[in-house]
Amino acid sequence: MTENSPVTTLEAMVAEVPDGAKIAIATTRHGVAIRATHALIERRVKNLHLVAVPTSGLQADLLIGAGCVGTMESAGVTMDEHGQAPRFVAAVKAGNIKLKDTTCPALVSAVQAGEKGIPFIPMRGLIGSDLLANRPDYKTIDNPVAEDSDPIVLLPAITPDYAMFHAPLADRYGNVWIGKARELMTMAHAAKRTLITVEEIVDDNLMNDELTAPATIPAHYITACSKAEQGAWPLPLPGRYQADGDELARYVSMAQTEDGFERYLQEHHDATSRTPGVAAAG
Amino acid sequence: MNENTETTPYSSEELLICVVARLLDGIDHIAVGVSSPIPGSAALLQRSLAPDVTRVTVLNSRELQALNDGVSELFDMAAQGRIGAFFLSGGQIDGAGNINLIGVGDYPQMKVRWSGSFGSALLYYLVPRVILFREEHTRRTMVDKVDFISAPGNSDDNVYRPGGPHALVTNRCVFSYQKAAGRFRLESIHPGHTLEEVLDHTGFAFDTPEHVPQTPAPEPDRLTLLRNRLSHEIADPYPAFATRVWGVATAAERS
Repeated sequence: MTENSPVTTLEAMVAEVPDGAKIAIATTRHGVAIRATHALIERRVKNLHLVAVPTSGLQADLLIGAGCVGTMESAGVTMDEHGQAPRFVAAVKAGNIKLKDTTCPALVSAVQAGEKGIPFIPMRGLIGSDLLANRPDYKTIDNPVAEDSDPIVLLPAITPDYAMFHAPLADRYGNVWIGKARELMTMAHAAKRTLITVEEIVDDNLMNDELTAPATIPAHYITACSKAEQGAWPLPLPGRYQADGDELARYVSMAQTEDGFERYLQEHHDATSRTPGVAAAG
Repeated sequence: MNENTETTPYSSEELLICVVARLLDGIDHIAVGVSSPIPGSAALLQRSLAPDVTRVTVLNSRELQALNDGVSELFDMAAQGRIGAFFLSGGQIDGAGNINLIGVGDYPQMKVRWSGSFGSALLYYLVPRVILFREEHTRRTMVDKVDFISAPGNSDDNVYRPGGPHALVTNRCVFSYQKAAGRFRLESIHPGHTLEEVLDHTGFAFDTPEHVPQTPAPEPDRLTLLRNRLSHEIADPYPAFATRVWGVATAAERS
């Protein structure tokens, strides 16, 4: 669009993600890139390491069901009021994915450490939990600035290969407005490369408006940005649309079996390729 | 469900809301997860009783969440002591107050897998008054020892822990948590339930006073509040719950 702008197509954006990439993904109500996820699934990438910041749902379940995930790092994978995430649960029971279970603030803090370029960050809590017992990468030390004994956990920084999420708005220079979901900014700062889909691309520079600039990720953090209307559907996007409960219920019901899951993917593929507006957008 | 007859003067939901609200007395900032309609309703009831001193944050609600610093803000506030009460639950809860949100069996390849531990492994340590709320009170949920500790009920003396469990509320009774002993104590049994039944359905040992009182019925003025003004406030974060318990019209019906 403009020189050095990261604005591109959805297909070009996801084409660069290699097998084995460590991808930070957004939590369910803050802007999940579901259309980009389906594009990734079309490519059947393998062995992704998903880092939910800090939890996931439909997105992780889709990628796990499609065999794209090697490691799931999160504080929770849930379909919320629709129940458990069926392909996640099946993969755990079958031992098909490696789990790095943790707690919400640990994921956000570790990504903040990545953002700051520091090797680790301390966090309260965790001591005495089986989360800590199963995370040899988390280290407990004695607080070096306290006079008395004060054990505290150190979390290694997370520097994802990619951050991927969906936001309401970008401008043609590739600056992306995220609203209140501040951890999306943290993810973009920490990741080596950031891939974003947006509902809308405007002409005016979002960084030049004092009202939008504080909640805008500057383009230089962004590798690729593409337009994808209803890009979080059937999940909600703050300020834009609510969750589509009927579609989520349909997914959960179909994804109870591997066959049903594959049928869901096929139906989704057929429906989107039949809808010119959807196929052409991006 | 909410007909005011002699035999059913209140619903079980209304009883539990009033039980939990009593546990929130004196708390300045109550935070609640989005999928906790009874604790959330109790927080809103407590706020209506002490409106000048009570703030309620319901995660992911539109009207009840003055947060703008992303998902870390709640945890940062908890770590600074800015949250007085929070609610946790567990697929399993044991007699030491340990909670398990991960699953049943041997980790990681478990027989039953739940969603995950969410914020419990920070909030359980730092929020002064954590109320454990789990309606299902059976030997499946109230176990001798959890299969996985998402967050422990108690910590060694040298571990920084200003917070922890305060009480455990189920559909049969209320327990308090005794921090020094690391055990629950039976505080009251809900109307229509018995000590024998509580013992039968609890997988862990707990302390029982010589005389166990009955859980007080909802105060009539609080019931009136809930059924009128509050049912509509509760419908904002918990629409399906408000419709089921009080018949509040859904957004679709109103428009």
